[in-house]
Amino acid sequence: MSDVVERTLSALPALLGPQHPAAGPGRLPATSRLGSLIRSITALTSKHEEEKLIQQEIASLKAMVSAPTTTLRLMKECMVRLIYCEMLGYESSFGYIHAIKLAQQGNLLEKRVGYLAVSLFLHENHELLLLLVNTVVKDLQSTNLVEVCMALTVVSQIFPREMIPAVLPLIEDKLQHSKEIIRRKAVQALYKFYLIAPNQVQHIHDKFRKALCDRDVGVMAASLHIYLEMIKENSSGYKDLTESFVMILKQVVGGKLPIDFNYHSVPAPWLQIQLLRILGLLGKDDPRTSELMYDVLDESLRRAEINHNITYAILFECVQTIYTIHPKSELLEKAAKCIGKFVLSPKINLKYLGLKALTCVIQQDPNLALQHQMTIIECLDHPDPIIKKETLEILYRITNGQNVTVIVQKMLDYLREGKEEYAVVTLAGKVAELAEKYAPDNGWFIQTMNAVFSVGGDALHPDIPNNFLRLLAEGFDDRKEDEQLRTYAVRSYLTLLEEENTFYPQKFLQVMIWVLGEYSSLATDVDPEIILTRLHSLLKKTFVTSDTKAWIMAAVTKIASRTSCSKTIDKLIKEFSSSLDTCMRQHAFELKHLCEDKVLMKNLLPFDASCNDVVVDASLSFLDGFVVEGLSHGAAPYKPHHQRQEEKLSQEKALNFEPYGLSFASSVSSSGITGRQSPTGLSFGSDTSGNSAETGHKETNTLKLEGIRKLWGKEGYLPKKESKAGKPDEPQAASCDNLLAGRVTDPSASQSDQVSSFSEEEKEKQQLASTLFVGLGSNAGVSLMGKMDVATQKFKRKSKINETQNSEEASDIQNSDASTFGPLLDTVPVNKEDCEGNKHTRLRKPSLCSSDTVEDNLAFETPQSLKKPGLNDRLSDSRLSPLSLFADSNIEIFQPSSSALCESANKTSSVPSLPKELEELPHSEVVELCQSDALALYLCKVWKDDSLLLAVFASNKKGSALNAVNLVFEKAEHFQILESPAHQFSVIEAQSVEHCQKYVWMDKICTQGILPGSISYQSEMESCLEFSVTLSLLDFIRPMEMTTEDFGKLWLSLSNDVKQNIKMLPSQDSLSAALSTLQQKLKLHIVDIIGNEGILACQLLPSVPCLLHCRTYSGMLALWFRSPCSALPDGLLYQCQKVMEES
Amino acid sequence: MINAVLVFNNHGKPRLVRFYQHLAEEVQQQLIRETFHLVLKRDEHICNFLECGSLFGGADYKLIYRHYATLYFVFCVDSSESELGILDLIQVFVETLDKCFENVCELDLIFHMDKVHYVLQEVVIGGMVLETNMNEIVAQVEAQSKLEKAEGGLSAAPSRAVSAVKNINLPEIPRNINIGDINIKVPSLSQFM
Repeated sequence: MSDVVERTLSALPALLGPQHPAAGPGRLPATSRLGSLIRSITALTSKHEEEKLIQQEIASLKAMVSAPTTTLRLMKECMVRLIYCEMLGYESSFGYIHAIKLAQQGNLLEKRVGYLAVSLFLHENHELLLLLVNTVVKDLQSTNLVEVCMALTVVSQIFPREMIPAVLPLIEDKLQHSKEIIRRKAVQALYKFYLIAPNQVQHIHDKFRKALCDRDVGVMAASLHIYLEMIKENSSGYKDLTESFVMILKQVVGGKLPIDFNYHSVPAPWLQIQLLRILGLLGKDDPRTSELMYDVLDESLRRAEINHNITYAILFECVQTIYTIHPKSELLEKAAKCIGKFVLSPKINLKYLGLKALTCVIQQDPNLALQHQMTIIECLDHPDPIIKKETLEILYRITNGQNVTVIVQKMLDYLREGKEEYAVVTLAGKVAELAEKYAPDNGWFIQTMNAVFSVGGDALHPDIPNNFLRLLAEGFDDRKEDEQLRTYAVRSYLTLLEEENTFYPQKFLQVMIWVLGEYSSLATDVDPEIILTRLHSLLKKTFVTSDTKAWIMAAVTKIASRTSCSKTIDKLIKEFSSSLDTCMRQHAFELKHLCEDKVLMKNLLPFDASCNDVVVDASLSFLDGFVVEGLSHGAAPYKPHHQRQEEKLSQEKALNFEPYGLSFASSVSSSGITGRQSPTGLSFGSDTSGNSAETGHKETNTLKLEGIRKLWGKEGYLPKKESKAGKPDEPQAASCDNLLAGRVTDPSASQSDQVSSFSEEEKEKQQLASTLFVGLGSNAGVSLMGKMDVATQKFKRKSKINETQNSEEASDIQNSDASTFGPLLDTVPVNKEDCEGNKHTRLRKPSLCSSDTVEDNLAFETPQSLKKPGLNDRLSDSRLSPLSLFADSNIEIFQPSSSALCESANKTSSVPSLPKELEELPHSEVVELCQSDALALYLCKVWKDDSLLLAVFASNKKGSALNAVNLVFEKAEHFQILESPAHQFSVIEAQSVEHCQKYVWMDKICTQGILPGSISYQSEMESCLEFSVTLSLLDFIRPMEMTTEDFGKLWLSLSNDVKQNIKMLPSQDSLSAALSTLQQKLKLHIVDIIGNEGILACQLLPSVPCLLHCRTYSGMLALWFRSPCSALPDGLLYQCQKVMEES
Repeated sequence: MINAVLVFNNHGKPRLVRFYQHLAEEVQQQLIRETFHLVLKRDEHICNFLECGSLFGGADYKLIYRHYATLYFVFCVDSSESELGILDLIQVFVETLDKCFENVCELDLIFHMDKVHYVLQEVVIGGMVLETNMNEIVAQVEAQSKLEKAEGGLSAAPSRAVSAVKNINLPEIPRNINIGDINIKVPSLSQFM
C-alpha cells in the first residue's frame, strides 16, 4: 500500500509544473476559486509576493462574507478559502463569526464546513464559542444521525468549559444510542469533559462502566481513554476492574476480534497498547493485582512474534508494564530478553526504544547495562542526537563514585557540541548534580562546575549556581576541607578573569564575583588590590549587565571591609559617584560612607557569615508607633487585599451575604472606632484584628506583604518573633539522598556476565567500557549501591543545616496553621483549662446518648473548641441553637445501634469486639482484613475527634501460641500514621485475640486511598500476610462548630473556592432536608440557615477547615466551598454529589 | 495525547495543519517552520523520532514523522503516546487517504483540504486516537461524500434534499465483541469466531 502512495507522490513534481494542467481530470473544479488561488500561489516565486496575493484574497473574502447577497453555498466556499489562508498563517478573524453562522444556518454540507472551520479557528476560551452552544444543542437533538455526529465531533474537539451543563444530559442520552458511531463519539465527548472539568462528570462514572462493557469494540476502546486518565489519578479506585481489563486483553490477544480490526495481521494493536498501559498503572506496587495479569502479559509476549513495527510497539509496552508492576522473575527474564532484541536490532527506531527501555529498568537490573555495554558504547558515538542523548541518560543513571569522571567527561563533550538550548540546559543540570554527588576531589569539582557554567550559559536553571554557592558557603563537616575548596575556587576564578577579552555568561560571572568577594582573603598570597583591579575592570566591560554590576559592587564592598585602604576603591567611588546609573551611584555612596567608618563596616560585613541567620522582625513591630499615630489621625484600619476585594465584589454584584456580611461590618467598625478614640483602645482593636502594623501603614501597602500577613494574628505573632529569616528552599541534597535511598537494588542480583574476551580492534572500546561500567560488576556489587554510599558522597552537606531548616519549615507550617484560625481564636477568650477539662470529661464519659452526659459536656463547653467531638457538637448544637431544625437528626453514622452491635458481635465467636473505652465512640463494624490457617486479622475504624483510630485485632486460630507477631503499616502516599507504623505483639496465646491501635491522619487529600500493611508471625515457620485498608476522605472529616460571625470572618480569609450546582432529588426538595442529609452523611456541622441559604462547616483532621455555603433555587442546590487547602473542596464536592444522588 | 498533526511538503509549505492545543497564530507558524527545519536535516537512516525540546513549551514532547515522496507527515505527541504506535498511525492515516482519494497525491491534499480534515477527524479527535480501523474510517468518510452527491443532485429542492439525507443510513460494519458484564468473570467465548 505504501508503495502505491510513494509512487503516486513521486510523480508529483511533474504535475506541479507552472501550469500543471494535468492535475487529475475531474479532481479540480475548473471554476473553483480555491483552485485558482492555489494556482496563482504556486506560480509565485517569493514570500513577499505570496503575502501580497493573500492579502488581496483576504480583502476580497472580507467583502464577500459580509455582503448580504452572499448565499450560504458561496459562504461555504469562502470558508474553505479562509481555512487555507489561516493554514498559511494569515489572520482572518473577521470570518470566525461567519463560520459559526454557517454551522448554525447551513444545510448539512455547509454545516459540516462551518463546524470544521470553527474547530480550526477558535480555541476553548474564545468568546465567540458561546454562540455555538445553541447550535450544538439543537443538532444533538436532531433526528438526523449525521447532524448528531457532527455536533459530537465538534464537542469533543472544542467546547467552552462553563457551558458543559447545557449539553451534558443530551450527551449522556447518546450513550444509549443504537448506532455505535454515535455512542463512540459521545464517549469521546465525555472524555473531553473529563479532561477540562472532571468535577462535572463525576456523577456518571457508572455510565463509563457501561461504555466499557459496550458490545461494540470501538465504544469500549474509546472508554479506555477515560479509564487511563482516571486510573492515572487514582489507581486504587479501579482495582476491581483489573480482571475485566485482563479479560478484554486476553480476548484481543487471542484473536477473538473480527478480522477487520487486524492491522498487519496483529489484532487491534492500539487497543492492546492502551490496555497494557492501564494494567501497568493498576499493578504498580500491588502484588495482588499484579498476580492477575501475569498470564496475559506472558501470552502477549509470546504472541507478538511477527517481525513488524507494530508488534514491537506492543512488545515495548509489555516490557514497560512488566517492569512497572510487582515483579515476577520469570516474566522479568523474558522482558530482559525482549529489551535485548530491541537494543541489538539494526533498525534505528527499535534501537532507540531499546535504550529507552534500558533507561527505565537500569536501576532495577544493572546487569542489563553490563550485558549491553558494547552497544551502549557504540551508541555514544551515534550520529543521531536523540540516540546519543538517551545513551547519556543511561550513563547518568549508572553513575557512581568510580566512573563519574569518565561519564561527566562524555556528557561535557556532548554539551560542547550540542546546540539546542533545551537539551543543553537539562544535561548541564545533570552534570552539576553528578559532580556534586560523586566528585573525587576539589580540583575536579571546581573545574567541572566551571565547564557547566560556561557551557550552560545564562539559560541554566537558577538552582544550579545557587546550589553551588550554597555548597561553598555552608561547607562540610571538615573545616580544613572547606577552606581548601574555597581557596581552590578563588584561585581558579582569578586565573579565568586574568584572560582579557574572554566572554563569560552572566551567571558564571556572578558566581565568580560572589566567591571572590566572600573568600578572596583565603588566598593569602594574592594582593587584594589585584582582585579589586580585576573587578574594577569588569565594571567597565559592556557585556556586563547592570545586574552583575550590582554583584560586583557588593563584592568590592566586602573586600574593602577587610583591607585598610585601597587606591582602587577610592578611584571606584570617585568614578561612580557621578555615574548616570542611579543604582551604581547609590552603591558608590554607600561604599563611601562605609569606608569612613571601618568599625561599622566590619560589623556589617563579617567574614564568612553568608549562612548565618539574620534576625528579622517579621511582625514589623517597630512600626507600631507609626500605626498608632496614623490611627489617631483618623486613618482607616488596614484591611488585607482579598478582604477589600471581597467587600467590593459583594457590593457590586449585590450577592446576598446577609448572614455573615452584617456581623462582619459591625466588627470592623467597632475596632475602627476604638482605634480613633484612644491608643489603649487601639491596642485592643489591633490585637483582635491582628493587623497592628498594617493598620496605619496603608500608604505602603503596595509592598508585597502577602506572605507575612497571615502570621500577624495574635497566635502567629509571638512565635514568629524568634523565627529566623527564611532561607531559600531546602538544599537539594536532602531530597537527593531520599531519592537515592529508593534506588537501592538487590545486591545479590549482580552476578555479572563480564564479557571475557574482546577482539583486538575493540580494545579501545573495551577500555572505555571498563571505565564506564566499573562498579557494576560482581566484585563491585556493593559500590553499585554506592549511590547511597556515604563515603563516595564527598560533598555531603552538613546535616545540621538541613535539620534547622526542616524544623524551621515545620514551625512555619505550624504557625501558618495556627494563624489560619487567627481571627477566629482572637475573638473569643481562650481558656485552655476549660478545654482540657472538657477533654477529660469526654474521655471519662464518652457515651453521648444519655442526656446527663450532654448536660455535663455543655457545662464544660467553651465556645472556642475547634476540636469538638462530632456528636457532642451535634447534640449541644441542637440544644443551643434555636435555628437548628435537626434536633432529631439521627446519629446512625456515629453510633451504630446497640442491637446492630450485638448482632455483629454474635455473628461469629471469633470476630473480636472493641475494648470498652472505644466501644462507646462512633466506630465502624469489625471487618476481616486477611487470614491464614494460623492467624486472622480484623479491623475496626473508630472515628475519634482528633484522629482516625484503626483498631487492629490479631486472632490466633491455632492451638498453640504465636510468637514474634509483628504488624507493620507501609508508608502510604496519602496517609500518615502517628507514632510508629509498626506494632509488635510479643506473643499471642492460643485461641486468643490481641489488639493494637494506630492513629491515622490524612496527609495528602484524596477521595479514597489505600493503606497497605503486612503482619508477620512465627508458628512452625516464619510467615507473612499482606493486607490493605481502604480509607476514604470521610473518615477524616469532622464537624466544626462555629458561630455565624466566625464563619463570616473565616469565609473571607479563605481563598480556594469551588462552586457547583447539583440537582436535588424530589425526596430532598427542601433545603433543610438536603442539609440534614449532608450533616448525617458527611459529618458537616450546620452553622446557620436563613431563608433558602445555609452555611455549613467541617474540618479535615487535624485542623484544615472547609466551609460550605448552600443555596437552593428551582430544584437546584448551589454549593460553594471554601478552604485554605485547594484539594479539599474538590474532594468534599465529590462526596456531596455522591451522597445527594444516593439519598 | 497528540498535540499537533502537521503535513508539509519538501519545501516546507504546509499542506495540513491541525493543533489540538491552543496556540497563537504566530507560534503555530513558527512551530511549523522549526519542525520543518528539524525534520529536513535528518537523513533517511536515522530515527523517525526526535525531541522537539522547548518548542511546545518545555515538557517532553516528541516529533514522530514519516516521509512519503514529497510530503512529510509529522505528529507531535507527549510522553503518554507509544512512539511506534504513532508511527503506524501515520501509516494508517496515509493509507486511508489513499483509499479515499484513489491514489492520493499532494494535489489532493491541497485542493481537498477540507476532506483531508474530515478523514483526520475520524482518526484523531481532540488529540486522542479514535479509530484505527481503515475500513471503518473509509466508510464514515464515504457516507459523508454520498451526502455530497445527493446534495449536488437535489440542490434545487433543498427540502427534499434534507429528507433524503435523513434517510441515509450510516454504514454498519458487523463488529461485535462481547465483554460481558463487568463483574461476571467469563463471558461466553463461543460467540467469537
